[in-house]
Amino acid sequence: MIPAKFEYRRAGSVDEAIGWLREDPDDAKLLAGGHSLLPLMKLRLATPGVLVDVGRIDGLSYVRDAGDHVAIGALTRHRDLETSEVARAHAPLLARVAAQIGDPQVRHRGTIGGSLAHGDPASDLPAAALAYGATFVAQGPNGTRQIPADEFFLGFLETALQPDEMLTEIRVPKSGGASAFQKFNRRAQDWAIVGVAAVLDGTPRVALVNMGPTPVRARAVEEALASGASAVDAAAHAADGLEPPSDVHASSEYRRHLATVLVRRALEEASAARG
Amino acid sequence: MKVTVTVNGRAETHDVETRTLLVYFLREACGLTGTNVGCDTTSCGACTVLLNGESVKSCTVLAAQADGQEVTTIEGLAKPDGTFHPVQQAFHEHHALQCGYCTPGMVMAITSLLKEHPNPTEAEVREGLEGNLCRCTGYHNIVKAALAAAGSTELVS
Ligand SMILES: Cc1cc2nc3c(=O)[nH]c(=O)nc-3n(C[C@H](O)[C@H](O)[C@H](O)COP(=O)(O)OP(=O)(O)OC[C@H]3O[C@@H](n4cnc5c(N)ncnc54)[C@H](O)[C@@H]3O)c2cc1C
Ligand code: FES
Ligand code: FES
Repeated sequence: MIPAKFEYRRAGSVDEAIGWLREDPDDAKLLAGGHSLLPLMKLRLATPGVLVDVGRIDGLSYVRDAGDHVAIGALTRHRDLETSEVARAHAPLLARVAAQIGDPQVRHRGTIGGSLAHGDPASDLPAAALAYGATFVAQGPNGTRQIPADEFFLGFLETALQPDEMLTEIRVPKSGGASAFQKFNRRAQDWAIVGVAAVLDGTPRVALVNMGPTPVRARAVEEALASGASAVDAAAHAADGLEPPSDVHASSEYRRHLATVLVRRALEEASAARG
Repeated sequence: MKVTVTVNGRAETHDVETRTLLVYFLREACGLTGTNVGCDTTSCGACTVLLNGESVKSCTVLAAQADGQEVTTIEGLAKPDGTFHPVQQAFHEHHALQCGYCTPGMVMAITSLLKEHPNPTEAEVREGLEGNLCRCTGYHNIVKAALAAAGSTELVS
């Protein structure tokens, strides 16, 4: 399987990449690790005319302690997030989630920016970003703007990014260890049939993988927790208001049930971690 | 476009289409057919090579992305005099292959894994190989070979 023809340009800077996106807003696409985009291009589900490779732009791969938050460069690869001491200390859920993405080969290539910008409800990092209440920094022709994770995922594979914007940094409020990630799949390397990211430091936040067209917060669970419900009682609301997809891996009904089980496990694990 | 990749220590420059995948650059432009294509969909790991020392699935990397970088394939592991790399030697001793189709990818994945975990447990080896499928299901001896190559003293029954 070979992608359709395209023009390849390697960007040396964010400004250069944005300039090229601007020239061709309908036909140009950014390429980071390529581990979501290239599979789609091989299946001809994506046929961009111009690929703007941002993978070599210097200075966008880092995980830094930035005082009240952890700052992560958009080109940081899953493997580097998984092994980052700063992430492990101050945003441990992200490091743990990164470690469970795909397989080592995928983690050597895929980036956090690509994972978020792709907006796939089946991806793991978007749920972790929602559970942490992260903020995304996007750069466009008129400078940078900050987008809260809660306002980022708009539809299936659709985000708040404009066609001429590039995600440059992810900011995650520093957090303790009271968090958990539950991912259920049948085979090694697979995507989650359902996944749950829960953070209990401060106001409880719970987000779900593969439970609808976008990565989504489990609001009903959060509200139940806020009003003092137990993990078991709160978890019963995991699928409230959600319509997860049916596919070869599981029916919608199965996912709704699985979500309640995994949310309970995640809440129990996170509160045990809090001690 | 002109792409130059240092493959097994040698500069390989070829004029290829921008959409050329790294695995086809290696197999067709460089004539290095040791790297296999199994699934072509990033699932099986047969096409695993090292890109700047790390395992990647070369069916999901553009040759253009590897331009100016270093790639190691199965052909680049043994010494010039033919002495096997420790992972190859361990595969030989532990009969870690049946049909051999997955073997180049397995060997490269294990080489990368052992760099990151010089002394892995059996569980770490099994997890580290989750991106490599063996259609002959010979996993047990593959894991044994990986542990032997690591010099791990852990007993594998
Ligand atoms: C076999 C396999 C298994 C996988 N398993 C999992 C899994 O279990 N869990 C999981 O979460 N993911 C999984 N993935 C996906 C993987 O995590 C991808 O790496 C990730 O989703 C995309 O990151 P990338 O850097 O490869 O992005 P690319 O593929 O390069 O880009 C993806 C999209 O984002 C855009 N983009 C990229 N970077 C930016 C940026 N900085 N700003 C704006 N737009 C940008 C691109 O234009 C494109 O539309 C798997 C992938 C494979 C191939
Ligand atoms: S051929 Fe590349 S992963 Fe199967
Ligand atoms: S030995 Fe036949 S596929 Fe592994």
